[in-house]
Amino acid sequence: MNVPIEPESQSTQMPLEFTSEHESLKILGFWAFLATDFLLFSSLFAVYAVYQFRVGMSGPTPAQLFHLGPVIFETVALLTSSFTCGLAVYEMRHHRLKGTIIWLAVTIVLGAAFVATEINEFLGDIALHDTWHRSAFLSSFFTLVGTHGSHVTFGIIWALTLLIQLAGRGLTQVTTRKVYMFALYWHFLDIIWVFIFTVVYLSGKIL
Amino acid sequence: MSNILARLFPPKTRRPDEVVIEIGIILTMVFLVYILTSKKKWGWLWREWLTSVDHKRIGIMYLISAILMLFRGGVDALMIRSQLMVPNNHVLPVGQYDELFTTHGTIMIFFMAMPLIFAMFNLAIPFMIGSRDVAFPRLNAMSFWLFACGAALFNMSFLVGGSPNAGWTSYPPLTELAFNPGVGQNYYLLAIQIAGIGSIATGVNFLITILKMRAPGMTLMRMPMFVWTSLVTSALILFAFPPLTVALAMTMLDRLFGSNFFTITHGGMPMMYVNLFWLFGHPEVYILVLPSFGIFSEVVATFSRKRLFGYTAMVWSVLTITFLSYGTWVHHFFTMGAGPGVNAFFGVSTMLIAIPTGIKIFNWIFTMWYGRVRTPVAMLWALAFIPTFVVGGATGVMLGAVVGDYQFHNSYFLIAHFHNVLIGGTVFGLLAGVYYWWPKTFGYKLDEHQGRWFFWLFFIGFWITFMPQYALGFMGMTRRLYTYPPGLGWSIPNLISTLGAFTMGAGFLVFVYSIRYSYKHGERDLSGDPWDGRTLEWSLPSPPPAYNFARIPVVSDRDAWWEMKQQNQTHVIRVNAQDVQPIEMPKSSSIPFLMFVAFFVFGFGMVFEWWWIAVLGGLGVVALLIAGTFDYEDHEEIHPETIRRIEGSLGRLQG
Repeated sequence: MNVPIEPESQSTQMPLEFTSEHESLKILGFWAFLATDFLLFSSLFAVYAVYQFRVGMSGPTPAQLFHLGPVIFETVALLTSSFTCGLAVYEMRHHRLKGTIIWLAVTIVLGAAFVATEINEFLGDIALHDTWHRSAFLSSFFTLVGTHGSHVTFGIIWALTLLIQLAGRGLTQVTTRKVYMFALYWHFLDIIWVFIFTVVYLSGKIL
Repeated sequence: MSNILARLFPPKTRRPDEVVIEIGIILTMVFLVYILTSKKKWGWLWREWLTSVDHKRIGIMYLISAILMLFRGGVDALMIRSQLMVPNNHVLPVGQYDELFTTHGTIMIFFMAMPLIFAMFNLAIPFMIGSRDVAFPRLNAMSFWLFACGAALFNMSFLVGGSPNAGWTSYPPLTELAFNPGVGQNYYLLAIQIAGIGSIATGVNFLITILKMRAPGMTLMRMPMFVWTSLVTSALILFAFPPLTVALAMTMLDRLFGSNFFTITHGGMPMMYVNLFWLFGHPEVYILVLPSFGIFSEVVATFSRKRLFGYTAMVWSVLTITFLSYGTWVHHFFTMGAGPGVNAFFGVSTMLIAIPTGIKIFNWIFTMWYGRVRTPVAMLWALAFIPTFVVGGATGVMLGAVVGDYQFHNSYFLIAHFHNVLIGGTVFGLLAGVYYWWPKTFGYKLDEHQGRWFFWLFFIGFWITFMPQYALGFMGMTRRLYTYPPGLGWSIPNLISTLGAFTMGAGFLVFVYSIRYSYKHGERDLSGDPWDGRTLEWSLPSPPPAYNFARIPVVSDRDAWWEMKQQNQTHVIRVNAQDVQPIEMPKSSSIPFLMFVAFFVFGFGMVFEWWWIAVLGGLGVVALLIAGTFDYEDHEEIHPETIRRIEGSLGRLQG
């Protein structure tokens, strides 16, 4: 089986972002960072699980507080954005700069829609005086969901800087590595949201 | 204006002793600025140190900071012991005593032991694995500057705004705003949080460095033992710090933004903090002690001229300790009343850790058995460690026995126990490392004769200080006690303990003097291998050039350098003049240092709840992150001619 490997098929075997040792080290390092960030969320989930029914003297219960409508919109927006983010990486792997940029931009827009809905939901709660001053449940709810939301916000800023770099530099070992790392981060946030949706909203409505 | 001044300088920052220290610090700073300006050293400081991403420079900066912090924490300890020296003593005001035991513990754990460990990581690991740098050099510098930011914030608390005073563990509800007004606890929260980000980054960095940057041929089971323990320590950091981050963040939200995590009236639970804190805190104990275990393994093998006994068993016991360490946190509060089932589980898991630790102790002893043992100061620390740590471990098992713990809990027995393991394990180990790797780092040895004085004063002082405290614990003296009446039988043990503490302090002074003396008169290390070492760092000149290895070694066995020496293959480390290739090295960057500034502004604003300052600092952090992502010029090449010149001047060039 001594078939010579053509340059074209070689590039499909080894994605550009893994071809430089420096850049591929950074991807592994980012996995390690995601592991510790995952534990950060685990700790927050543990806190929430203990506090979810500790509503203090007058605070609302989860069932009273949550409105599934906006939450379902947020879920759809974020899950779709994860899909479009996957499409961006797909385009990138096929060396199509334009497609990468377009799908990354769509991801940003969907992420922004998610954050905007969440902020709107939080503002609605605050308008009803359901702030975290009222109970341990509300404190842990706003902290868990807010930490996720601020991660998404950070991700949007990150993706914006990536768009500028992609437009200026095209698909290089460095820019593809950055897009790939962003994609890992974005999917990670999606997984966290799936847990939030289940542990916080669904079980809060049902239990 | 007077309002701001009153907040910055409340009465507790205006005690006479603190004013004296304040003036001393201002004079020292003026003096340093004068020296740097008159000798035109600002540019040198900026280029060579503040913006350096070289792991050797970063290691030295960690080392210097850790020694400074050892001084600060040590002075705190001596003040505590002075207060407890005699019954009915009032040399210190009550409030100040509370602040001292808080800052003593916090500084020793987070700002002395942690950076000293990171100093050892930086100064030894890239050499030991045959690498030119760490995986992420700029992140490494960032880690250091975040630690420095935390340390600076924490240490300025007693001058500006007032020190924290709720103990190094800082349990709520004592740390809640209602019971603890003022900014002291804010300092604690922000300083540890910021330094903690740096620690996590260090964990990521060394995990990847060790996993991916080893020299060809160095399989996992050929790594030096210190590299192994550092690898698992890095993993421990990644998995242990997040719960601390959350615990501190919750306290901060309660204090600064009025949330209700720990206020019982609104459904909060103080025990939540205690659980999260120790979910971090117990693995943290192993983060502190495992690197020392690694250092002992290197030191004992080198100075016995033998291979480490039971290498494989050592690796597995380290991994077992790592795994078990996550299942023991409840033993810090058996008295919470979780019930016999839970307590029994955590009691047993605690005692189980004694088994792998015992294996390690026996392995060190068997390494020395029939070895040709030499006793330079580094080895003295290793020898002193064994009996000291065995006593500390045995009393740990006593504390792990739940029924007994109800008696010992939070007594001086506990204080004696954890100083026994933290000084006997961590500090002795790190001092062994300091003496062992000092010639590699600086190119000269620390004076052996003075080192012996330091060792004996510190070692004997240690036993005199802490053995009476076991007795005091049995007699009922509780930790954090301000003073006690005469006639309880506590007076003599306390007096002895204080005398021991001052003996240790005298030892420290000898150490500092010895550094100063050896800088001028210490034996120069011209061979690069002053101890007849076994691992790759000793194949390098002392101090090594910026790129470490002109030629990356190929490893064929454990104790790679020793094997090369045995087989007369030491010439393979020399590079051939014709073969010199350009070496790509990371470029200095000002971003890590500017990150220090931005985080400092942010932290300061948060501590005083001056939000516009905090927002300014936060925006600075974001701006620097963005600046970092647009900076593509992070590498530079060292020209072959430069390498030829450097290697030639070191006499390491062939042909």
